[in-house]
Amino acid sequence: MKVIRFQDWARPVPPVRREVRSATPEVDEGKTPLLFVPGFGHGAWAFAEFWLEHAAGRGFPAHAVSPRGHGGSGDSPGATLRAYSHDVVQAAASLPRQAVLVGHGAGALVVERALARYPARAAVLAAPVLGGWATFANALRRNPAGTLPAVFGGRLRMRPRQLFSREVPQAVAREYAGRLGRASARAQWQLLLHRAPEPAVGDPPVLVVGSPDDRIVPASALTRAARRYGGAPLLFPGMGHDMMLDARWREPIDAILDWLDKSGS
Amino acid sequence: MTTSTDHDSATLWRDGRPVYDRGETVCVIGAGPSGLVAIKNLKEYGFGVDCYERETGVGGAWNWRHDRSPVYASTHLISSKPFTQYPDFPMPDDWPDYPHHGQVLAYLERYADHFDLRPHIWFGTEVVKVEPADGLRWDVTTKSTGGYGAERTHRYTAVVVANGHNWSPNLPSYEGLDDFKGKVIHSSAYKDPAELRGKRVLVVGGGNTGCDIAVEAAQHASRCWHSTRRGYWYAPKYVLGRPADQVNDGILALRLPLWLRQWLLHLTLRLTVGDLRRFGMRKPDHKVFETHPIINSQLVYHVGHGGIAPVPDIARFRRHSVELSDGSEVEPDVVVVATGYRPRFEFLAPDALAADAEGRPRLHLHAFSRRHPTLAVAGLLESDSGLFTLVHWQTVAIARWLRLHEAAPQRAGQFWTARVAKEPDRRWVGAKVKDTQRHWFEVAHVDYLRALQKLIDGLAGAKA
Repeated sequence: MKVIRFQDWARPVPPVRREVRSATPEVDEGKTPLLFVPGFGHGAWAFAEFWLEHAAGRGFPAHAVSPRGHGGSGDSPGATLRAYSHDVVQAAASLPRQAVLVGHGAGALVVERALARYPARAAVLAAPVLGGWATFANALRRNPAGTLPAVFGGRLRMRPRQLFSREVPQAVAREYAGRLGRASARAQWQLLLHRAPEPAVGDPPVLVVGSPDDRIVPASALTRAARRYGGAPLLFPGMGHDMMLDARWREPIDAILDWLDKSGS
Repeated sequence: MTTSTDHDSATLWRDGRPVYDRGETVCVIGAGPSGLVAIKNLKEYGFGVDCYERETGVGGAWNWRHDRSPVYASTHLISSKPFTQYPDFPMPDDWPDYPHHGQVLAYLERYADHFDLRPHIWFGTEVVKVEPADGLRWDVTTKSTGGYGAERTHRYTAVVVANGHNWSPNLPSYEGLDDFKGKVIHSSAYKDPAELRGKRVLVVGGGNTGCDIAVEAAQHASRCWHSTRRGYWYAPKYVLGRPADQVNDGILALRLPLWLRQWLLHLTLRLTVGDLRRFGMRKPDHKVFETHPIINSQLVYHVGHGGIAPVPDIARFRRHSVELSDGSEVEPDVVVVATGYRPRFEFLAPDALAADAEGRPRLHLHAFSRRHPTLAVAGLLESDSGLFTLVHWQTVAIARWLRLHEAAPQRAGQFWTARVAKEPDRRWVGAKVKDTQRHWFEVAHVDYLRALQKLIDGLAGAKA
């Protein structure tokens, strides 16, 4: 628990226009709002495709925020992980009730950092890319041409087949991959070299979900991530990394909502 | 919230009155900024919480609708957003650096809703008495603020006092004041510059409120005199295009020795604000950081425009004039006395807070009673930065302490003996702060938070 925060006090993150996309239930059942956080290159649109409406259909007010430089949010070339998590905390604090944070891909790393700043009701790390050299080596092995430029500040390019299972038609996968933007070079470097996040405020329950067939996050990384929060990952075989856009997108979001229903969030 | 209200459910009695047992619930007194954050953090640590608030809404001093609110129409924060907000609930990005009091109230109301705190608060309920009972527990007697119904007593496992300290006006006594024919008001009663329009106004007090009201008087009154006891350092709200407190913390982060920081600030103020003696103001009789910081960009400007005439301390009031300590006389229509407030805890025996003859509680870290492990005070601080951050960490420490006290009484006992009961009084300030009534609970935010960090770390593992 870090009390002295000179960086936050003396150098607050500069404001930027933020895109938040929402789907809310027709009748407010008093359920906890969800805030989805996309990974690098993705925007709120990735959740607006299926998950937001589906969650709202099950009574959860659902929102997705695009961190600066992503989706429809304002441009911010030098953004850091701190700035991304600031965007998440700002979006969470603007909701009428204490929110559940759901981070996908590198968005899970951003959520981990946001949890140290905002007492979420619960958190879900979906196919979490939590960084470090193992992630880098894995990405380099599977996609050297798309990964290497990122080392020199270039764009990290994911191939459609890294992101989606074969159940997603080629054309659809290409269309989604074509919509991807990029994270700032600094944030990409921080993905490799970053300090462990501070402990989460308020000790919220954390669920890790993923797929053993994810071509970005190996199953061992999912297990490691879940162990940090004292659990085991919830696995969805046959799905690609972008679970919220994959053909069987309904299964993981239903499992997440079931978990939230059961834990009383 | 559920509570016992009929006499049949009472299983305990005190002096022939029924006492309703609230079990492991903690009582919080007041739903202002300190009370709200206390409820939220106690909840986060798994405690049941009942809060009593004499008014009908949250916000305490920041709720201008409340009788005891000291804010006036144009009150703005003097600490910028990062220092003012609770560390885990930031103010919106699109708010200005120094929000208006209306925004602060909106922020507190949103905080209460976001963390679902309202169901824990009994509005319109005043605490009459807080008495130790049954070993370490507390009997809290309340009554309706409107005077309806009888008094009720509930027994709690602990009490967190968050009744604020800026509501009971501190009115100095002046010779001849009773005979004075002009109007004399305390700054707590000042609400709108219209009250000063066209009048000759004497503003008394060199604190932030006194300076702010003098600036308002400069713009609306026909004349304004500003009486202060001494010369002060006036820091502008912006330095180098950035909020001054943010620049100051950039320097603090370098961990420079105090003398060097003082020298740097003296130099910066000399280069930006200049030598105030040129404006007829007195040279400060102390170094910067040795009195509560005055943050005001407009005072010197209005003195320079002749809108404010700086004058010395008041010697005595006469029938139609006020004599000043230099022998000169001014003839104000209105005197605004901005001489601060005194903390009051009438519902508690002075002994519980180890208060001295002047009513100053002697608390460990200005928060923990040394006599009763289950009694704490939240927000009783004057800080060189905003208060919300400090009181957030104070209440985290209180929640952790109460959790440890419940879960591991033996470890808690050792901790108490070593760290709280016997630790000598300390001033959590770097500089030698003036020993005046207003400065006895002055803290430097970094020194104070470092001490809190140590306490919080020492209580690690106390989570529910």
